[in-house]
Amino acid sequence: MEAAARAVSPRGGLPAWALGLIPLALIGALIGAFALLGGPGLGERTGPPVEKVSVEQTVLRPGTIELTLRNDGPDPVEVAQVAVNDAFAPFSADGGREIGRLGSATLRISYPWIEGEAYEVRVLTSAGGTVDAEIPVATETPAADLDFYGLMALLGIYVGVIPVGLGMLWLPFVRRVGPTWIAALMAFTVGLLAFLAIDAALEGLEIAADAPAAFGGAALVFAGALVAYLVLAGVDAYLRARGEVSAGTGGAAASGGLYLALLVALGIGLHNLGEGLAIGSAYATGALALGAFLVVGFAIHNTTEGLAIVAPLRGGGATGARPGLGRLLGLGLLAGAPAVLGAWIGAAAFDPSLAALLFGVGVGAIARVIVQIAPSMRDGDGRYLHPVSVAAMIAGIAALYVTGLLVTV
Amino acid sequence: MSDRRLSRRALLGAAATVPAAAGLHSLVSRGGLGGEAALAEPGAGNGAAGHLAHGGHERFAHAAFAPGRTVDHRANGFNPTEVLRDFDWGRTRRLASGRLLREWTLVAQDHEIEVAPGVKYEAWTYNGRVPGPTLRAREGERLRINLVNSSEHPHTIHFHGIHPSLMDGMPGIGERMGGGQIEPGESFAYEFEAEPFGLHLYHCHVAPLAAHIAHGLYGAFIVDPKKGRPEADEMVMVMNGFDTNFDLSNEVYAVNTVGFHYVNEPIRVKRDALVRVYLVNVLEYDPLNSFHVHANFFQHYPTGTSLEPKEYTDTIVQGQGQRSILELKFPFDGDYMFHAHVSEFAELGWTGFFRVGDPSLLGGAAAAAAYCKLPWGGGSPA
Repeated sequence: MEAAARAVSPRGGLPAWALGLIPLALIGALIGAFALLGGPGLGERTGPPVEKVSVEQTVLRPGTIELTLRNDGPDPVEVAQVAVNDAFAPFSADGGREIGRLGSATLRISYPWIEGEAYEVRVLTSAGGTVDAEIPVATETPAADLDFYGLMALLGIYVGVIPVGLGMLWLPFVRRVGPTWIAALMAFTVGLLAFLAIDAALEGLEIAADAPAAFGGAALVFAGALVAYLVLAGVDAYLRARGEVSAGTGGAAASGGLYLALLVALGIGLHNLGEGLAIGSAYATGALALGAFLVVGFAIHNTTEGLAIVAPLRGGGATGARPGLGRLLGLGLLAGAPAVLGAWIGAAAFDPSLAALLFGVGVGAIARVIVQIAPSMRDGDGRYLHPVSVAAMIAGIAALYVTGLLVTV
Repeated sequence: MSDRRLSRRALLGAAATVPAAAGLHSLVSRGGLGGEAALAEPGAGNGAAGHLAHGGHERFAHAAFAPGRTVDHRANGFNPTEVLRDFDWGRTRRLASGRLLREWTLVAQDHEIEVAPGVKYEAWTYNGRVPGPTLRAREGERLRINLVNSSEHPHTIHFHGIHPSLMDGMPGIGERMGGGQIEPGESFAYEFEAEPFGLHLYHCHVAPLAAHIAHGLYGAFIVDPKKGRPEADEMVMVMNGFDTNFDLSNEVYAVNTVGFHYVNEPIRVKRDALVRVYLVNVLEYDPLNSFHVHANFFQHYPTGTSLEPKEYTDTIVQGQGQRSILELKFPFDGDYMFHAHVSEFAELGWTGFFRVGDPSLLGGAAAAAAYCKLPWGGGSPA
């Protein structure tokens, strides 16, 4: 068979690219004909139109509630009326009341909502269907001005940059301890990262549940994770091929302590991007109160991430280089600053689909980092799981779980 | 990291500023209160409904539909303003015995109706309208109601009144005699005496009962006393609702089907003229409904079976199937709201206005003059 096929192609005289294009052209022609003929043989569609609408954003201004709706179903949906807490309320619709497939519309509803109370907004479609949006605690959505972005930046610095920086102060300690301690610290980091990955995955899935299914929903989390993992693996392979990283099978130092630290910082940074996103959007929708307690909780929580970054920087070893202050700062910013960026995005233009994707990216990045630093936790016999590493991993998981309690309240 | 699961209340600081947006109770002195006509009276000093005047910070005078769109009554085939005073006396003829026979034909048909601007509902109707025609007769007359079922579903007409079981419109009773459940394409003539006098109702009684009633198969049935009632401006209000998303609770409430209709088209009545409201509650899925009129009181005749009023009040409560005759006079010109005092229903459509006289002429002086003319008003205006 194989041989026959190969024998035929030169006789046909068509270049390979043409052979590749022919099926594509045929598919295009078929689709065109099918559409032109109106789907022959399929008959009339049965059943009433399918109405699926998700609420993408809720913005509260004095006397006004703004809802951004996304038509997630196969048929156009027409918004007919809106009721807030079982009372019809006048509204206007930007972009018209009819929402095409995957289209969106913003409803500006006049309603004298009261700070701190809960509301249910019910959108009534022309077919009599309903779309409900919940406002658990009404509070005015902050205007997206300079002050607001400043506040979000400050918030990002509080929960991202500063704690990570503080955690990195363990560097001198890390440099002094022996190889068993290093293996334990790396295992601690692995446990910590594993917990972060699980947390980010769950968070992403939770957000995806609110996202329009048409854009992928939960699949976005997995796709984001897969793509992030592959990209990081590709970058790693590329750098190794250029010889910038010594192919390490040994301990942390052998595979490039700084490089590993960079990877950990990148993974944590991507995770903090998602975290900032969630914080920003929660703050913008009034779901998050910025208590000092909460900020302290985040700080303690994220301090452990700083330790994870410096754990590979034992110094000495194959690379021998002791990273300077500038590089350390760079690592801290890489891990922490994305929280600021995330908070900006989340507060200004929160989109559940984007958020789900970004959380997925964080998960993939962390998974890749775990794979990358796992060799550093091996003991003298080359075992991954030895009493010290197991205990340290559990300690890492426990550390994040316990500090996480501070921010779950 | 779980900001979404935070117990937000616990973390909320002191900040609880109440936005000064809400002119909540400012009532409205100008009609056409729901639709485009709901714009503020220019320069009106009454704190009234400027609620749609400028984008953004609108006042919220009362619940209302979105502006710029009204129900297409022509497509519906009926207009609640006309339904209000549309009494169907049927056709009459003398029987050989000398008695009067009053006869109607009701056709059960499926018909899509608009119950709120833009909101369509696949109703089941008698004669294409919801509520069905208001059948009116005099006590003691012989009545014949021909039901023609051209719906896709089996139906009956079950009358509240006094009659033999075959004429009761109950599935399972009288099928062998052509009665009971009337299948699509079939017909049946209900025949009975008009008794007792009062305000009654009719509705389909096919199971599932709630679904058949909720879909729109009901109407008012008035039996006048032999000597009649005093001359009055009479109107029918059938309190109903529509479960448009089939979750067994209503999305739209109304009298005579279209939510907020009598806000957009206030009911015009004359000052000092006797107004008689035939009020029937057929609302499905909610245990109680009620009626309240602003700035006035009415005489309440439960079921209309007595010529003596039972109570002088401004609010009554009715369960499903309960009905009452209400009599009142408006001593002042102006717009007077009436609504269910189940506020939820009121804000989901069951609200309207009586318009007495010409409100555009209603100034402070006119109001004072009107007040002075009242027995307790103290004579001529100051």
